[in-house]
Amino acid sequence: MSRGTFGRRILYWVTVAAGLALAIVPLPDWLDPVRPDLALLAVIYWILTSPRISGLGYAWLAGLFLDVLHGMVLGQHALGFLVVAFLTHRLQLRMRMFPIPHQAGAVMLLLALYHFIIFWTDGLTGHGYTGWNRWLPVLSGALLWPLIVAAGDTLTRRSR
Amino acid sequence: MVELSHDSRPIIGRGPPLAATFITLAIASIALMVTDQRYDQLERVRGWLTAAAYPVQLAVDMPFRAWNWLTGSFADRDRLRQENLEVTARLRLANLQLQRFAAIEEENRRLRDMREKSAGVAERALVSSILNVDLDPFRHRVLLDKGKADGVFKGQAVLDGEGIFGQVWRVNERSAEAILISDAEHAIPVQSNRSGVRTIAVGTGDLNRLVLPFVTVEADLKKGDLLLSTGMGGVFPPGYPVAQVTKVERNSKATFAIVEARPTAALDRDREVLLVWFKAPAPEPPPAAAPAPATTASAATPAPGAAQ
Repeated sequence: MSRGTFGRRILYWVTVAAGLALAIVPLPDWLDPVRPDLALLAVIYWILTSPRISGLGYAWLAGLFLDVLHGMVLGQHALGFLVVAFLTHRLQLRMRMFPIPHQAGAVMLLLALYHFIIFWTDGLTGHGYTGWNRWLPVLSGALLWPLIVAAGDTLTRRSR
Repeated sequence: MVELSHDSRPIIGRGPPLAATFITLAIASIALMVTDQRYDQLERVRGWLTAAAYPVQLAVDMPFRAWNWLTGSFADRDRLRQENLEVTARLRLANLQLQRFAAIEEENRRLRDMREKSAGVAERALVSSILNVDLDPFRHRVLLDKGKADGVFKGQAVLDGEGIFGQVWRVNERSAEAILISDAEHAIPVQSNRSGVRTIAVGTGDLNRLVLPFVTVEADLKKGDLLLSTGMGGVFPPGYPVAQVTKVERNSKATFAIVEARPTAALDRDREVLLVWFKAPAPEPPPAAAPAPATTASAATPAPGAAQ
């Protein structure tokens, strides 16, 4: 039991860190606005599959690290990650029962909320960018969700 | 009545309830944002966090660097020879011009000395690489590989071979963030090379376009004019090319003309840039015959201060 949890914890950190690194990998200009929030998707996935090890504090820390990587106002992504993680925790029992497309829809709502928080704080701190393409990651993240679940399930099966 | 708990952590040793953690951390993030936005006290905390993040940024940069190195080392011998020939020819030409410039520079310095003004040209420059890291798709910021340890300071001018590139926006221990002149939050005081009109060039968020929103309809600006930095505000060294005017539209009813310019620096292609130290010119007397009076007053401060 404890060994399994330990493996999960390592996996949690490796996947979230990979998501954070992928958030700053240079992409071609046309692809850049579509970049999905892989770290956040990883956090949601882990809360759904192993809520016991993926507490709110970790999600918050991951968000804070993203702030640092992006050079944003400290606490902005941290707040976004926190809100999404909290809601996922609350909805976790229900969301786990959803079929995958339905789940992707729920994830899309969570991502929309996350991007709204970022958008809002951006506006408050005077960096408002109001172009429509800042909402593209919501869509790309939801479309990517089935793949995230498939990849995550493969990983956890091996770690068992 | 039994309620199904949402909290599926182990019952023993589960720590504080979720909602409590949520509220605590939410307040913490809001407090962080306010402090970071309004005050400078978080600089040190950010410094530690950035030090932790730097390895990640380097790791992301590494494959691109390695790829460049590989392609570079396997480049065709012929191409290299060709390049070598071209570069030698260009160097010879440049040297020729340089001899002339040396004389002119000497003369210029003498004249300036006579006017007892510091020259305001670059005294020291440090070559810095741009890390292959995307900071934010909607802001024009880049990460440089030199930081406080190399003497970089906030507000330092960043140049490339062809003109002004941007300025340092945030300094970390071993890296620095620079804001490009094309960022929508950046403005730089400029002066037309041909007519001497002074104004401000503001970034648009488009790498190839600056706008000059404060040019009056009567101001003498033409398509093709080279805009040089004025050195006002003390951030940028004066006399370096900034942009070339690409469009001037005058509507006689409006107060201001619509003027656009294209940055001369290779903002999207640069791999290496120069960090520049220079002696700020002594405060100038108010310009006597600046044809655009509306522009001179506000030209003194470049934007990042105002952007905060």
